[in-house]
Amino acid sequence: MEQVVIAGAGPAGLTAAIYTARFKLNPLILGGPVPGGQLLVSDIVENYPGFPEPVSGADLMDRFQKQAEKFGARFQSGAVEQISKRHDIFELDTGREKIETKAVIIATGAEARRLSIPSEKKFYGRGVSGCATCDGAFFRDKEVLVVGGGNTAMQDALFLTRFARAVTIVHRRDYLRAAAAEIDKVKNNQKIRWLIPWGVQEITGDTTVNGAVLKNTETGETRHVMCHGIFVAIGHDPKTEAFKDVVEIDENGFIIVEPGSTKTVTPGVFACGDVIDPVYKQAAVAVGHGCMAAIDVEHYIHRRK
Amino acid sequence: MLSTNLKHLETDQETKEALEKNENLMICCGRMGPMCLPVYAIMEELESHYSHVALRDMDFDIPAANFIKRLPECSSFMGLPFTVYFKNGKVVAATSSIQNRAQITEILGRVFGKPS
Repeated sequence: MEQVVIAGAGPAGLTAAIYTARFKLNPLILGGPVPGGQLLVSDIVENYPGFPEPVSGADLMDRFQKQAEKFGARFQSGAVEQISKRHDIFELDTGREKIETKAVIIATGAEARRLSIPSEKKFYGRGVSGCATCDGAFFRDKEVLVVGGGNTAMQDALFLTRFARAVTIVHRRDYLRAAAAEIDKVKNNQKIRWLIPWGVQEITGDTTVNGAVLKNTETGETRHVMCHGIFVAIGHDPKTEAFKDVVEIDENGFIIVEPGSTKTVTPGVFACGDVIDPVYKQAAVAVGHGCMAAIDVEHYIHRRK
Repeated sequence: MLSTNLKHLETDQETKEALEKNENLMICCGRMGPMCLPVYAIMEELESHYSHVALRDMDFDIPAANFIKRLPECSSFMGLPFTVYFKNGKVVAATSSIQNRAQITEILGRVFGKPS
C-alpha cells in the first residue's frame, strides 16, 4: 500500500514529489506519457526564477527529477487510466497493474490542442507538427506557418527561424496572449511575418503540406498561402479524463478544487498544476500548486493516523 | 543513446540481424523528445502482450538510422519519430510523428495479427 501516488511528472508533480519525499511519505510518481510535461518542448526557458541564464525545458525538468530522487521519490512509467475508491483506499489502474494508495495527487497537466480539421490528421508528421523543437530541422530553407498567439507560438516562431527561410505567425484574434518580452523578440526578427486576424481553414498538399487556406476572422476573406510546414501552438487542454469519477470537473475539463487549497471533492484526492489552472498556466505557478498539494496530503495522512 | 527499456538497434549489423531473425519487427526511430517518448512508453507496455512481434527503438541521430531515414516509405516524413513495421524484412506500414496506443495497436493487429 502506497502512502501517496503522484500522477504526472511536470513542474507540479515533481514539486509535490520533492515535498512529499521530504515529509517521508515515500511518494511513487507515475510519469505518464511524457515525463517532464509541456516544458520539454521549450527550447529556452527565460522566466523561471533562479535561472538568470536561459535553461532548456528538458534540463530544468531533469533538475527537478534529480532533486526529488535525492530525497527518495520513486519513479515509474505508466499513467493512471482509471481510479476507484473503496473505503479510504484508492485503486489506480494503469492498464498494466493496480496500485493501492492512501492519497493521490493529480498533476497530469495538459496536452496540446489540435486544429481539429480533417486535413490536419492527414498531414500530421508530413508537414504538420505540434513540436517545433522536435521537428523544426525538417524545414531547413522552407516556409512555415506557426498557428497561435501565445508564448509557445512566439517561442516556436523564433526557434524555427534557425531553420526555415520564412516563418509566418497566423493568429485568429486581433490581440496576442504572449508576454511582451516574447512579442518584442519576434517583432525584431526579420524572418518572421504576421497574418492577424486569420485562422487556418484547410491544409493543402499531396503527400506533404504545400499550403494552407486561411480565413480572415473579421472580413471572412479567404486566401491560399504556400508553405511546407504548419506548427500548431493554439493552447492546451487539461488531462483529467481518467479522474472524472472522483473529482468535479468544470465545463472546460479543469478539476475544481477548494479555494485556497488543492483539495478536490473527494477526501484524499488532491490536484495541482495545469489541471486546476485555466488562467495562468505557468511552470512557476504549477510549482506553487505542487507544494500546496504536498502539504495538503501530509495534513490528510497525518490526520488519518 | 535512447534511455528506454526497449532493446536498442545501434549498428547496421544489429539492424540487419533484427530484420533477418524476426518475422515481425517494429522499429521506432526517434529522440528523447515529447513526440517520441509516448511511443516508446506504449511499446514498452505492449511488449509483453505482443510476443510475436520484436519491438525495437533506434536513435535518430546515429549513422545506423540512415537505414530508416532512406526508406522510400519514409521519404515524406517530417515528424519524429519514424516508426516502421517490417514483415519478413519488408516494410508493411510506417508512420511519422506521435501515435497513440489505439493507432499503434491498430497497425500491429492489422499487419502482424492480434496477440493470442
